[in-house]
Amino acid sequence: MEILIAAVIGILTATGVFLTLRGHTFPVVLGLTLLAYAVNVFLFAMGRLTSGLPAVINPAQGGYTDPLPQALVLTAIVIAFGMTAFLIVLALKARGELGNDHVDGRTDGDLKPRTRRGAEK
Amino acid sequence: MHILDFNLPLVVLLPFAGALLAAYVARFNRLAAAYTSGAVTLTTLALLAPALSLPFGGETLIQSWTWIESIGLHFAFRLDGLALLFALLILVIGLLVIIYARYYLNPKDCMGRFFAYLLMFMGSMLGIVLSENLIQLVIFWELTSITSFLLISYWQHREDARQGARMALAVTGAGGLALLGGVLLLGHIVGSYQLSEVLSAGDVVREHPLYLTTLVLILLGVFTKSAQFPFHFWLPHAMAAPTPVSAYLHSATMVKAGIFLLARFFPVLSGTPEWSLLVGGAGLLTLLIGAYTALFKHDLKGLLAYSTISHLGLITLLFGFGTQLAAVAAIFHIINHATFKASLFMVAGIIDHETGTRDMRKLNGLLKYMPHTAALAIIASAAMAGVPLLNGFLSKEMFFDQAVSASHASASAWMIPVLVTLAGIFSVAYSIRFIHDVFFNGEPIDLPKIPHEPPRFMKVPVDLLVIACLAVGILPIYTVAPLLDVAVTGTLQSTPPQYSLALWHGFTTPLIMSLIALSVGTLVYLKRHRLFAFHERYIAQIDARRYFNALLDALISVALKITRGFDKGSYQHAAFWVVLASIVMGVAGFMMVSAPLFGQRELLPVDMVSLLAALTLVIAAVLTVAWHRRRVVSLIVIGVVGLVVSLTFVKFSAPDLALTQLSVEVVTIVLLLLALYFLPQTTPVETDRLRLGRDALLAIISGVAVTLLTLMVLTRDFAPISHYFIENSVPGGGGSNVVNVILVDFRGFDTLGEIVVLALAGLGVFAMLQGLKLPAPTHNEQGLDWNSDNHPPIMQTFTRLLLPLMLLVAVFIFLRGHNLPGGGFIAGLIASVALIVQYLANGIDWTQKRLKIDMHWAIGFGLLIAISTGLVSMGLGYPFLTSAFTHLHWPVVGEFEVASAIAFDLGVFLVVVGSTVLSLVQLGKLSKASHPAEPTSSTDSSAEKI
Repeated sequence: MEILIAAVIGILTATGVFLTLRGHTFPVVLGLTLLAYAVNVFLFAMGRLTSGLPAVINPAQGGYTDPLPQALVLTAIVIAFGMTAFLIVLALKARGELGNDHVDGRTDGDLKPRTRRGAEK
Repeated sequence: MHILDFNLPLVVLLPFAGALLAAYVARFNRLAAAYTSGAVTLTTLALLAPALSLPFGGETLIQSWTWIESIGLHFAFRLDGLALLFALLILVIGLLVIIYARYYLNPKDCMGRFFAYLLMFMGSMLGIVLSENLIQLVIFWELTSITSFLLISYWQHREDARQGARMALAVTGAGGLALLGGVLLLGHIVGSYQLSEVLSAGDVVREHPLYLTTLVLILLGVFTKSAQFPFHFWLPHAMAAPTPVSAYLHSATMVKAGIFLLARFFPVLSGTPEWSLLVGGAGLLTLLIGAYTALFKHDLKGLLAYSTISHLGLITLLFGFGTQLAAVAAIFHIINHATFKASLFMVAGIIDHETGTRDMRKLNGLLKYMPHTAALAIIASAAMAGVPLLNGFLSKEMFFDQAVSASHASASAWMIPVLVTLAGIFSVAYSIRFIHDVFFNGEPIDLPKIPHEPPRFMKVPVDLLVIACLAVGILPIYTVAPLLDVAVTGTLQSTPPQYSLALWHGFTTPLIMSLIALSVGTLVYLKRHRLFAFHERYIAQIDARRYFNALLDALISVALKITRGFDKGSYQHAAFWVVLASIVMGVAGFMMVSAPLFGQRELLPVDMVSLLAALTLVIAAVLTVAWHRRRVVSLIVIGVVGLVVSLTFVKFSAPDLALTQLSVEVVTIVLLLLALYFLPQTTPVETDRLRLGRDALLAIISGVAVTLLTLMVLTRDFAPISHYFIENSVPGGGGSNVVNVILVDFRGFDTLGEIVVLALAGLGVFAMLQGLKLPAPTHNEQGLDWNSDNHPPIMQTFTRLLLPLMLLVAVFIFLRGHNLPGGGFIAGLIASVALIVQYLANGIDWTQKRLKIDMHWAIGFGLLIAISTGLVSMGLGYPFLTSAFTHLHWPVVGEFEVASAIAFDLGVFLVVVGSTVLSLVQLGKLSKASHPAEPTSSTDSSAEKI
């Protein structure tokens, strides 16, 4: 099971990183959302995986999962939402101010920046 | 509580408060600023007065309060003889400068700003000399750099003032940084930052292997501040300041701060060959360079500036000799230099004020226009030259005497008396020049103004200072002796050695040196024209400012190159470097571990459902990437990822996380849909295959690395630190849901920080959307018009019916949160979803008419409640955010616990609801603002129209 979780975190990271490196705002926001999933599951897994032992005090229960990473991740999820909201609105603002949705505010979003700069020189 | 328990911090802080007052009253009457400053200074003196007798009785007054214990920082002040001498110099000369400045400043100058800066500077200086804690001393040291920058650049319209101020700040600021390093090392060696302990640990410090580093760092601070060679060049450029500032900063205070530090650390650092070489060497060079250059300056203040450099060198050299008697001479000369140099600067200011120039080639024969000023100037410069019966003579004799004693130290030390006499010769020559060129030497040459005597009270400060010069010079035993004695005791931290303040010691070597200096100095002045020609031809070309500026330019261009190399103004570029750097550091970390990659921990078995769920997640994540150019589709697919993640939390015993993730997922998707309405519906195809390949490679490496890292951790056993939380959750926190108890109780302070972030994000969204208008699309990517139908009635009816139910669920989840999965965060999200659904189904107008809660208030109240829960426990004498709980019995429900943490959780709830609803509704309103002319269009979001 651990291998499965590790692979899932890896896939989430890889897809997140790839989208984060794109040149338009919306995919970048999606990428950061995926990265946030990856980070949250990773942090959560640091408390090791336990099935069926929630950290709610119950004398009949044999043991408890580690509650500390859970508390950390809970706030992390909410903060990630705040961050996403802020980012997407920032993207809207940038669109309003700059007239396009490229992360660098370029109107030639699809041209290679390197060739473009070379052409200017 | 006795005044002696707390007066020293007041002495230091009062001028800062006075600065505010002076700036404020200047709005009503410009002169009021001057009188206020005078009154503040007098009050400060009065506050210091009750403590004055203590050092004379051999006591050291220390007032200390703990500040940040763990780094050795105390809010601590001390008053011993040395501190007393400097505090008096700062306050008394400060008072005289204030009187003088009131007449000096012209009606166009802003009085409030001037006196506010001056008082702040005074406070910072007092802070240095009265500090008991070394870190605190460095803080005040930096404050003097900043306030002196403000004072030097007071005439902001003048370029030389701005440049001079910047140079002074750069040099003294850099020195301050070195000093901080030195002080930290010193504290490390001694084990305490309190001066009392440092001063008695001289032997330990001198024998420590870090002694030399410490010494060099501290001396860098001292030399930059006190304008010692090779850092002396900033001082002449600082003369662009108004003359009262020069009189204050460059006679008694700022430049003496470095000297003060030499005196302060004298018992700790002196007495080693390194000390003699560094301090003595710098002092001797500075003494010579200053005295020589001063003669050739045509500007009155320029001459005084280099003379100041020279005298600072003299004092430094004395400390460099390292003997107790030399320290006596140094302290004595500090007092004398402060009095005659302050008066000379004031005289220079009077001449500038009354004639309109400071150029000695134009100023001649002023004696008949201003005889009173001339008399004052003659006495003060005679003191500077070291003429008998004046105070400068006494300390100079002591200085010569020490130079002679030092000449026995080594084979080449015979040069010391010779060089010192040479400096004396130049000192006499420039003093004569100051008098002869200005007050005699024929008639003035086209002066901008007809010279006359200044107002009476502009001369009073000079009168007083000159009287002091005379009194000390003629009757040293009855005037300065007690103060000198107590200051020397404070410096040496022991009984002072035997010394004599008599005027006549017989026909000794020092006297011969004095006579040589006086006679040859006069000769040099008479033959000055040849020297001037030589100087102009060979020496005047050397301009330290050129080197300084070249150095500065080089530094700036290197900094720019580095910055521009990394920051190309491109997010993509920056993101690439961040990812690459993380990978490189991660790989380096992997390489350094020699342990086996995986541990031996037993793994959980894989079941079919989990495998399927994981497969779904992987497919959805990959599809998000594959379809990312079709934005709506990718958004739907990413929703699947979020759902599977929340299922993961269910599977692995984290019900709270699953609930949070689920509700956040709903809100996030709605939010992104709303935003997507204003963004292009597709992303253009990328043509740069190289970049795509590079990014794919980076992504795959990151993925593999994270997978390996996770496996490394998960296959190893670990010792969790959460036993404490599990054991104390019920007895200590009054709740059985450990996760919630951690959030609102054990780690409540963290949670408080997090809801503040959330509140800021919500408010930030609101602020950014204010006044924003975006072109709203009229049709989708297939060319079909956006649907402008009204809200579907079935959905409207349903959501209205569902609202109370959903809110009830939120309340339920909130109340049970302390004991069962739930709590403020989750309840807040559920309530937000309930409200947002109303907006979606019924439109913003309809909903807002019925829901009259301003979400700003919800956020504000939430934070207020959360913080006041913490403050209440503080008020009751417990640490911030301590919780209490009790058992209540409710009919029907039965007995249950009420914890004060529930109030905190209510704050969390309100902030979550406020921020979430605010962000989404604001986005919805944006669509309304962008469709002003469409009457039928509903005001809601685009979400359900897609």
